Amino acid sequence: MSAVTSTLPSAASASRNRLFSRIFIYGLLVIFSIIYLMPLFVMLVTSFKTMDEIQNGNMLALPQSPTIEPWFKAWGQACVGLTCAGIKGYFWNSIKMVVPAVAISTIMGALNGYILTKWRFPGHTLVFGLMLFACFIPFQSVLLPMATILGSLGRFGATLRDQIGMSLGFGNPTVNLVTVHVVYGLGFTTLFFRNYYEAFPTELVKAAQVDGASFFQIFRRIMLPNSLPIIVVTVIYQFTNIWNDFLFASAYAGTGDSMPMTVALNNVVNTSTGVVEYNVNMAAAMIAALPTLLVYILAGRYFVRGLMAGAVKG
Amino acid sequence: MAFLEISGLKKRFGSLEILKGINLDLEKGGFLVLVGPSGCGKSTLLNTIAGLESITEGDIRVDGRSIADLHPSKRDIAMVFQSYALYPNMTVAGNIAFGMEMRGVPVEERNKAIDKVAKVLQIGHLLNRKPSQLSGGQRQRVAMGRALVRDPKLFLFDEPLSNLDAKLRVDMRIEIKRLHQATGTTIVYVTHDQIEAMTLATKIAVMRDGEVQQFGTPAEIYNNPANMFVADFMGSPAMNLLAGTIEKGASGLTVSLSRPQGEPIRLPVTAGNGALEAHTGREIVFGIRPEALTDPDGADRNAKALAESDCLIEVVEPAGSDTFAVTKLGGKEVVARLRADARIQAGQHARLAFNLDKAVFFDPQSQTRIA
Repeated sequence: MSAVTSTLPSAASASRNRLFSRIFIYGLLVIFSIIYLMPLFVMLVTSFKTMDEIQNGNMLALPQSPTIEPWFKAWGQACVGLTCAGIKGYFWNSIKMVVPAVAISTIMGALNGYILTKWRFPGHTLVFGLMLFACFIPFQSVLLPMATILGSLGRFGATLRDQIGMSLGFGNPTVNLVTVHVVYGLGFTTLFFRNYYEAFPTELVKAAQVDGASFFQIFRRIMLPNSLPIIVVTVIYQFTNIWNDFLFASAYAGTGDSMPMTVALNNVVNTSTGVVEYNVNMAAAMIAALPTLLVYILAGRYFVRGLMAGAVKG
Repeated sequence: MAFLEISGLKKRFGSLEILKGINLDLEKGGFLVLVGPSGCGKSTLLNTIAGLESITEGDIRVDGRSIADLHPSKRDIAMVFQSYALYPNMTVAGNIAFGMEMRGVPVEERNKAIDKVAKVLQIGHLLNRKPSQLSGGQRQRVAMGRALVRDPKLFLFDEPLSNLDAKLRVDMRIEIKRLHQATGTTIVYVTHDQIEAMTLATKIAVMRDGEVQQFGTPAEIYNNPANMFVADFMGSPAMNLLAGTIEKGASGLTVSLSRPQGEPIRLPVTAGNGALEAHTGREIVFGIRPEALTDPDGADRNAKALAESDCLIEVVEPAGSDTFAVTKLGGKEVVARLRADARIQAGQHARLAFNLDKAVFFDPQSQTRIA
């Protein structure tokens, strides 16, 4: 009897303890998510307010008379330096840079991973080690050497233009940025794909060889169709990194018509013609952030799943 | 001339020798099983035949033509892998047709071939499914279909049944045997399961440490093992290998086996074993399979040399179809295989008949066969 009576209160106190720890954990989570989401909230509400409201009202207050005027202004009229044609041109600049850079670095990473796991050659670990090293090189340290290389590429482009009438893209700032991002991203994409393909059954490759498929046929017909999770991971990772990059963009395409979104946004905010139009700035920042947000929402599920898949085996 | 000839084949990884001079040959329509414990090089040997691994020395000839330097796709072979290696992104039909597609076979011809193979393997209703939607046995069939559809000179099977459960394995084994009988193709088959080897093969090569220990028909391997490794590896339960001594008595040669209690057993050795005489007075290893050691009523009536002796039975294992009895001879546990209804009890003496026709003798040092 005594055993029963003594277990009852302890069971009740255990469930009460569990309740308290639950409240504590969720409370903490809520507090931190509020802190984390606050800037986004301020940006969002500010971008829908009129200037009067911003100057006279509370920063956290919801807009009294919501307007989407700032968004249109940011897209089509905001001043970047001396030109006042909005950020739309620069938005497309970024797209033109990001899409080829992501596509090329992903395909090359997949090829590298395929070779490093399924067509091993003497010294493949050394090669992979060196490529991994590329992941740890700080951005700043490649700025100057890369500038030198891009400079000589530009001179080569100028020579080409003199000789055959076109530069074939050499010296074009967008092409330069694509080159930089492909080179810099290759370490990461190779790492992702190598770890994924390490766990990929080699017997499939052997079977395809016996079936008479060539190196590239195996890659295209067997490897790539079975790599969706890691492709999604790589694309998200590369897209976010390249879209958000400011350092390379400002260093190699910091002026002129081909500057990417991030640099343009910085210039919008820094261009002062009288009153600082916070609502327009916020709207421009939101526009700049939208693509990465969109990519996460559309493919976020795969991102987590793919990262796990790569992490367990590797 | 044999259809498949492997001569002096060596494979080295750096200084490590994986295959140490393999010589094998197989007639057209034969079924060669490479069997041995893991790490013996049997899969490597199969991969060299497939062309998935290069060879260091030697030659592989199929139908008189050397294939040692050809790309796998040019060797006219088909391979069934242990994991089946079905392409997960393609349907069953796509899997079967992939090889033909790579060789540029027109679509109508491909479809005709798929239908034919699907009929043979009874997988017609699965053709539009993906491999992930198939059961283990169905995947196995598709993997075989992918090989069959090519109609190659040589089929290679790399432990194809090891991923199936016990019952399905027996079914698929019969299926493979039926397929071989029906199509008359030449097959090289790797397994570590000696029952698969015995039931399927027309020729068995028992391998260990990159060397062929014995190469012959299943009956030769089973009844006349070349050394103690082969004797021990093939057969289940394994052959009893006991320490004994050859003695010369009034009635001829005998082999003497010690018992835990009492006098050692002396069994007469059949005549015609001149080689044994040289070992008189020396230690030898006496090998006898469990089925050659049985109750006197169940003994083979055609045996020329039967000897009976009383043995102390330590354990009795009724297995339904047979009863296994464990006794101790020559310092080792010995398994005897008795009729299911044999009256025998643990802890008591029972009379056992030794069929000495089937007995084999090994040299304990070199482990090779004496007689």
